[in-house]
Amino acid sequence: MMLSNALIFGVVTGLSLLVSLIFDRKKTFLGLKKGWKMLFGILHPFLNILILISIALFFVPESVIITYLGEGSGLVGFAVAAAIGSITLIPGFISYPLAAALLKQGATYAVVAVFMTTLMMVGIITLPLEIRYFGKKAALWRNGLNLLAAIIIGIIIGWLL
Amino acid sequence: MPIGMKGHLKNYAWVLLFMLFTIGSYLLGFRPGMVIYSNFTEFFIEMILFIPFLFILIGLFDVWVPKEMIERHIGKESGIKGIFLVILLAMLQAGPLYGAFPVAYLLHKKGASARNIFIYLGAFSTLKLPMLGIEMGYLGWKFTLIRTLVSLPLFIIIGYLLEWIMGEQFDVKDPSRPSKGDAA
Repeated sequence: MMLSNALIFGVVTGLSLLVSLIFDRKKTFLGLKKGWKMLFGILHPFLNILILISIALFFVPESVIITYLGEGSGLVGFAVAAAIGSITLIPGFISYPLAAALLKQGATYAVVAVFMTTLMMVGIITLPLEIRYFGKKAALWRNGLNLLAAIIIGIIIGWLL
Repeated sequence: MPIGMKGHLKNYAWVLLFMLFTIGSYLLGFRPGMVIYSNFTEFFIEMILFIPFLFILIGLFDVWVPKEMIERHIGKESGIKGIFLVILLAMLQAGPLYGAFPVAYLLHKKGASARNIFIYLGAFSTLKLPMLGIEMGYLGWKFTLIRTLVSLPLFIIIGYLLEWIMGEQFDVKDPSRPSKGDAA
């Protein structure tokens, strides 16, 4: 699934590059140079974050997540889900199967929803990177408001499903 | 400006340390180290699959799309149509949220409003089409539909709120250009 996404993204990029080359070679190379510069500048914070996430996931493996968020976890489960979801950043190809497994283990929709939405919208591990782009104030406010929104989404989904 | 060998070494200190730790773990049969490394390769593959493409597109976008055009369509005076456009743009993206930050920088540089940039981040984190497809597959269309419909108004409100909170202070920087406050 992830591979086909990457493939589509790659094809779109390739086609854009081709069209750009046909219209203006000089401009295209300038664009590539700019893109490369930005990529190279951001590569080491990206890698540092990946290392941090890898270590975090070692200390909180899937089996532990399922124990704490499964059947009968109630309000505590909701809080734990929001906390784990906010701190970590788990890519979709791991988090969706994990969410489906949680539902099968008897977790409520509210718990799964707050877990998924905090995973998507709030990122404490990526906060240092976000601060480099947006500054402390904006990054903290964005994450705070998104946490609030994620909790609201969790409650509404739990109530409707 | 080139930052020189020493600067590069400093930037990649953690990466180098992690490489040494991994090699050591494999040599000594230290299991936690091996598990962490296998986690890392999974994430790294996800990153390497889309990040290079993302930055090619960002570079091309930068040279082809004129500032006036962005200002006109998603700038301060853009209104509902601007919101609609940034959401559409975000839905077509792929990858984790940190991939959206460089795009946000570019949009800011080209004159997009703070509100629209935050709405872009909101839509990027919750409404990406490839992600919605996976979500439907695992959690069902009902879950996906409700989550989407509830998220949409919330992150638009957050966009307005953040614009109001930040006011004139709002700025997006390119971290690849070292400034004086940038020690790390």
